[in-house]
Amino acid sequence: MFAASGLNSRNNRRQALIRILFMLMTGLLILPVLIILTTLLYKGGPAISFEFLFGNPTNGMTEGGIFPALVGTIWLVAVALLFSVPLGVAAAIYLSEFAAENWFTRAINLAIINLAGVPSIVHALFGVGAFVLFMDFGTSILAASLTLAIMTLPVVIVATRESLQAVPYAFREACWNMGATRWQTIRRVVLPNAVSGILTGVILEVSRTAGETAPIMFTGAAFFLPFLPESVFDQTMAMSLHLFVISTQVPGVPDELPFGVALVLIAMVLIMNSFSIALRIYLRVNKKW
Amino acid sequence: MTGTVRSLAAATPSARKQLDQLDRAWYIDKIVQFIVFASGISAIIFIVGIFIFVTKEGFGFILGAFDFAEFFGSPRWKPTSEYNPTYGILALIAGTASVTGLAMLIAIPFSIGAAIYVAEFATGKTREALKVLVELLAAIPSVVWGFIALSLMNPLIIELFDVPVGLNILNAGIILALMAAPIMTSIAEDALKAVPDRYREAAEALGATRWQVISKVVLPAAKNGLLGAVLLGVGRGFGETMAVLMATGHSINLPDSIFDSVRALTATIASELGETVVGSDHYQALFTIGIFLFLITFVINLCADLVVRGIGKV
Amino acid sequence: MVEALTQNHPYDTVPKQAPTKPSSSPVKLDIRNLSISYNGIPALVGVNLKIYENEIFGIIGPANSGKTSLLKALNRMDMFDSAMTVSGEILFDGYNIQRWRNVYALRRRIGVVFPLPVGLPMTVYDNVALAPRLSGINNKAELDETVERCLKRAALWDEVKDRLQSLGSLLSGGQQQRLTIARALSQNPDLLMLDEFSIAVDPVTTMRIEDVLKELKREMTIILVTNLTQQAHRLAERIAFFMNGTCIEIGDTESMFSGNVTDNRTADYIAGRFG
Repeated sequence: MFAASGLNSRNNRRQALIRILFMLMTGLLILPVLIILTTLLYKGGPAISFEFLFGNPTNGMTEGGIFPALVGTIWLVAVALLFSVPLGVAAAIYLSEFAAENWFTRAINLAIINLAGVPSIVHALFGVGAFVLFMDFGTSILAASLTLAIMTLPVVIVATRESLQAVPYAFREACWNMGATRWQTIRRVVLPNAVSGILTGVILEVSRTAGETAPIMFTGAAFFLPFLPESVFDQTMAMSLHLFVISTQVPGVPDELPFGVALVLIAMVLIMNSFSIALRIYLRVNKKW
Repeated sequence: MTGTVRSLAAATPSARKQLDQLDRAWYIDKIVQFIVFASGISAIIFIVGIFIFVTKEGFGFILGAFDFAEFFGSPRWKPTSEYNPTYGILALIAGTASVTGLAMLIAIPFSIGAAIYVAEFATGKTREALKVLVELLAAIPSVVWGFIALSLMNPLIIELFDVPVGLNILNAGIILALMAAPIMTSIAEDALKAVPDRYREAAEALGATRWQVISKVVLPAAKNGLLGAVLLGVGRGFGETMAVLMATGHSINLPDSIFDSVRALTATIASELGETVVGSDHYQALFTIGIFLFLITFVINLCADLVVRGIGKV
Repeated sequence: MVEALTQNHPYDTVPKQAPTKPSSSPVKLDIRNLSISYNGIPALVGVNLKIYENEIFGIIGPANSGKTSLLKALNRMDMFDSAMTVSGEILFDGYNIQRWRNVYALRRRIGVVFPLPVGLPMTVYDNVALAPRLSGINNKAELDETVERCLKRAALWDEVKDRLQSLGSLLSGGQQQRLTIARALSQNPDLLMLDEFSIAVDPVTTMRIEDVLKELKREMTIILVTNLTQQAHRLAERIAFFMNGTCIEIGDTESMFSGNVTDNRTADYIAGRFG
């Protein structure tokens, strides 16, 4: 429209430069990871086969499949969810629907932040002290899953609380006006409209739980156990620990084996997360109010 | 009148008396209130429980073989020595600090830069895509990062810098930076987005350029949130276990350069706990390190919370 | 006991004029020296009111006069609002509502419509069937009947009868307003409180609802808060004029609108000189 003055065009160039600089920084953050993922795919891809996924490790874990680890991870995640989802959802209901804004609520919030922030190895120590020794569960799926559940509890709480609070306050008031108790309001109006949001949180938790290693090392996961667990009091192999073991503890493992394990593990986690993100986008598009 | 009215009347027999009666819904509501309250305080119970149980297991050591000056002042961590076991964690602290420090040196500028790009420059689909990508990056498990350090970074560093071992501070620092950056980016982005748009509009109305708006208005307004993001990143780096265990080379060292192998506090627990006898000095010393880690991360998280939410407010 | 103590309390509720309502009709609501504040800032000060059974009682006044706060206190919504403090007494059927342990039972008997229409994010049918369901009615035929009757009374039935299964929260503003009214009626309340119900409703529909209200009066007591003095004139038997958190004047509608008022502000407001 107007002819740019010299000062203006210099200014514009500078602005463009700054923009590009920040774009580069973002790119440099993401690019290495994309390269790494591609390499994983390239090197681990050939290892993936039906026998790999559904076979037992053989020959001192230098050959064979990952089936016991896969099943073990599913056990650990399932038992952990059984514990943390009801507890986390209930805690989120308290924080979102009942808690007053006072120091006590703030203390709970701080505890939640800390549960998420305490090093995973400290959670492992807690698991050893509390579940393996004190409650005498021994090294078992139960002890490991409880440790994982407490560690990932904040994921459920935060996601649930957010989706509960996304339900407009006016809906609650309308319900209260009709003589509904708080719980009737939650059950009939708030929860039905938050359930998908809670689901995204649960999926996120599944992915977190599946990838954790340190908390299960001493509480229930075994290096090598070529049969499947039968109850929660058994030990089990797990994908994450298996990757650690065959890449650091076992000599003579062919290269593609740990790459294959890493690929399966990361695929599990990323697919879960993509699910959760897709669900969230779907919810945002299909609003009910 | 109609059936409904009659049955409503039946359900509420005497208009007056019934108002003081507690019905089923009232009792159910009270029970639910109790259950969710108990669940709500479970977070506090767990945090206290973690402290109590970790302390309980390490307590014998603190009362017995523990020597404050040696524990924090000596770089000699030789718990398995037959004649004279020493428990000095200085080298381990140095290991953790050097790796975390390097990681933050890399991650802080990049993640804040990325946050600025995502929050202030990127628009529409690009922005959404970047946010999703950052979130996916944060989901990669730490053991996978450790494996990447071992199998990809290790040979790369040996080749590029012509050093004998590629498992060192540099390797772990880069891996930790890549791990912490997505989290810091998304928290920092939240902090930037929390600055009201009218601030930006007001500055733009005065003729400020985009960069002036960001540097003079947005960043100062978001500085607490950004500091919180950095603190959480530090906490994350401090507590990271598996990746650091696999990437640092695992040798007890007071490092001189970033090509030295070191060992971190968390990694020491992870690698040694399995070999100790329950209740032994060594076992209890590892739990004492756990207490130390717990307290440090607790303080970091507390600071982050105070910085972000303000000190006086509830 | 409580009843005996409170029912015949010799208390003059009307500040400036004697009640014109024949005393044969029992007192439904007896509000005594009611004050409401939010975080210490007063919203309503020292209100005394008596409302009789089966009357339409109009409350008029400019914005911020404390009308909505009064309704919230009557419905015990202060329980959910930690900033809100209520002092004084509200006797409902002779019982002090502050002392009722089961607030929910009270609210089930008070239907209330606030100015902001809220269609709950469930089907239109479920919206109206919610209150009966909460009080334990699950009979399909009965629910069908209630839904139809309430929607008809709220002048919404014709518009939604073919899409009872669509989301109530996605109706238009005016329809949601009438849905809110239908919901309040579905409780089969003995006190109905309407707070500026006609804000989002077109004039023709407003007139239809007003006709319904005149009929409903036989079944319940109605409190009508409105900005439209003419609406109060059309419907209410008695009127209270609220301003700046106090009840300025209470009186018979006809006599007040024919200029029989004691306070200049009331006269000015009714004449439309401000507000």
